[in-house]
Amino acid sequence: MSKKKMLSAIKTAKPPLSSMPAVPPFPTEQRPASEIFGAQAAQSGSRVLLAADFDGISQAIHFLYPQARCIASPLPQVTSGIELKNCEPSDLQAVDVAVLNGQLGVAENGAVWIAEEDMVHRVLPFITQHLVLLLPQDQIVYNMHEAYQQITIDEGGFGLFVAGPSKTADIEQSLVIGAQAARSLTIFLT
Amino acid sequence: MKAHPIKAAAFLQNEARADWHDESLWFVRAKRDKAAHEIPEWEQLRELASQIKDHTLSRLDDYLEDFERHALENGVQVHWAEDAAAHNRIIQSILKKHRARRVVKSKSMLTEECQLNAYLEQHDIEVVDTDLGERIIQMRGEPPSHIVMPAIHLKKEEVGQLFHEQLRTEKGATDPKYLTEAARQHLRHSFLKADAAITGVNFAIAETGGVVVCTNEGNADMGTHLARVQIHCMGIEKIIPQTKHLGVFTRLLARSATGQPSTIYTSHYHRPRPGAAMHIVIVDNGRSKQLSRPDFRNSLKCIRCGACINTCPIYRRSGGHSYGSTVPGPIGSILTPGLDLKKYSSLPFASTLCGSCSDVCPVKIDIHEQLYRWRQIITREGHLPRTKKWVMKIAGSILSRPGWYEQAGKTARRLLRGLPRILVYAPLNIWGKGRELPPPPRQSFREWYRKNREE
Repeated sequence: MSKKKMLSAIKTAKPPLSSMPAVPPFPTEQRPASEIFGAQAAQSGSRVLLAADFDGISQAIHFLYPQARCIASPLPQVTSGIELKNCEPSDLQAVDVAVLNGQLGVAENGAVWIAEEDMVHRVLPFITQHLVLLLPQDQIVYNMHEAYQQITIDEGGFGLFVAGPSKTADIEQSLVIGAQAARSLTIFLT
Repeated sequence: MKAHPIKAAAFLQNEARADWHDESLWFVRAKRDKAAHEIPEWEQLRELASQIKDHTLSRLDDYLEDFERHALENGVQVHWAEDAAAHNRIIQSILKKHRARRVVKSKSMLTEECQLNAYLEQHDIEVVDTDLGERIIQMRGEPPSHIVMPAIHLKKEEVGQLFHEQLRTEKGATDPKYLTEAARQHLRHSFLKADAAITGVNFAIAETGGVVVCTNEGNADMGTHLARVQIHCMGIEKIIPQTKHLGVFTRLLARSATGQPSTIYTSHYHRPRPGAAMHIVIVDNGRSKQLSRPDFRNSLKCIRCGACINTCPIYRRSGGHSYGSTVPGPIGSILTPGLDLKKYSSLPFASTLCGSCSDVCPVKIDIHEQLYRWRQIITREGHLPRTKKWVMKIAGSILSRPGWYEQAGKTARRLLRGLPRILVYAPLNIWGKGRELPPPPRQSFREWYRKNREE
């Protein structure tokens, strides 16, 4: 009943049809997208590293997070301290470091798209203390227009662009890293 | 409700604090400028965003139906609420059905507008706001003073004292990092206990039936992915037609709001996770009425970035609470008169009509022109305060008669030079309250022109 009433009120109220504009392609920069991506991500508080500089991801994680007690990852090259397939979302509160695949990077804002299938649990990239993403260097586009052309936002039930560590400036505009979700974001370019 | 000037005067009592508030907001405005200037196609994006919204409003009923159909196909339950009361009832019934007693909520101006928290608490449901700024003002029992930075009016000493009392942080501690950490620990506890999570919606995509929620803290997702039930509340104007339009709006939103190139989290929700439920509540609450007003309908294009608020010289020097409406500042002053003209009759006058709001608006709403149009309606309907009405009448008759105008100017110039301060700034001179009159010139422009033409 409400629906019908609301829709008919909108129908009566709406203005005459105005045309839908086309979204044109926007010129991109000369520099390689991965270079811009690195600079932008660093500005948002992310750490961007080259996977080639380390002896494998597992080694790199142990080097970067020597204190970590619980590492969670669905990736074959990382030993997961928690069985992701057989746990409840709330069990993930103990996770110190989550290592996941990112599908696509966006140069203009340092964001990375994570698909639902790569998270295993939707809450994992948030509830973990630290988030580590692996991103293929050739999967970085310049801007959000290109990004939305490449991904399928309704492929899974949930999908995420993450562009840095959780942060807030709600107390006197002072920037604090580590609000409610992950305290840090490290991106390994592979 | 007390008129805006009365509450603004109270805010200005503490001059140092008013200056601090002014500077905090201007700092955000400056960050916005820097971010906008880094995008060569910025103006083109604003124009596009504006046209996409115009188009969407002109087919809003169709897009809402598309949206609902696709959401239902995705296994999402969709509800329609004509007004705030219906919205609150629907949410309470969803919670009841799922036997949910503990709720975490991320920032949503719509639930604020509907006074959802108070309603749910009356029905014995515990609601915890999880955005840090929102949690702070919830603890203080206050409304937000800004739509993006709800606690922008508070000093860290006040937050420190509040947390000491309610979260047992150390007495006298004021370090934002320490206080944020205390809130993190406290909120993690709430997230893990919650039965249901409520969020607002930034964008709802008609062609996919999904909703997008943007946060910096990640609090919306900490809620939705841990609780058994997720509820997203959206006004009818949140619809955009297609996924590709997200490219335009996500590029504009965070840059306009805080000067960031993107919010930290841009979450796309399409289906409930296995074993959980997902609901979307679509709310009108006066919006279709606003849509029917040709002069004001494009206020519905607003994406709630807050840029107009940060730039507004009146907001910066009067504070969000002086507006008495959920959405303060210039955008609030054109939205709320449509809900209750008499109650909010002072808001369209809380502006210098400088037009800065329209200049920064990412969807090109003609905010200052709408403020001016509301003023005319308010005057016609007789809601103008008596002093203002008479001053306007007198000014009107003088300004429309060149002879009177010339004579009045002459008299004023002579009197202002001769009269003692106490008389010039007598209570009758409301313009001179807190303002210094410019020194009176020797002659008027007309006199000067006449003289110089003759020579």
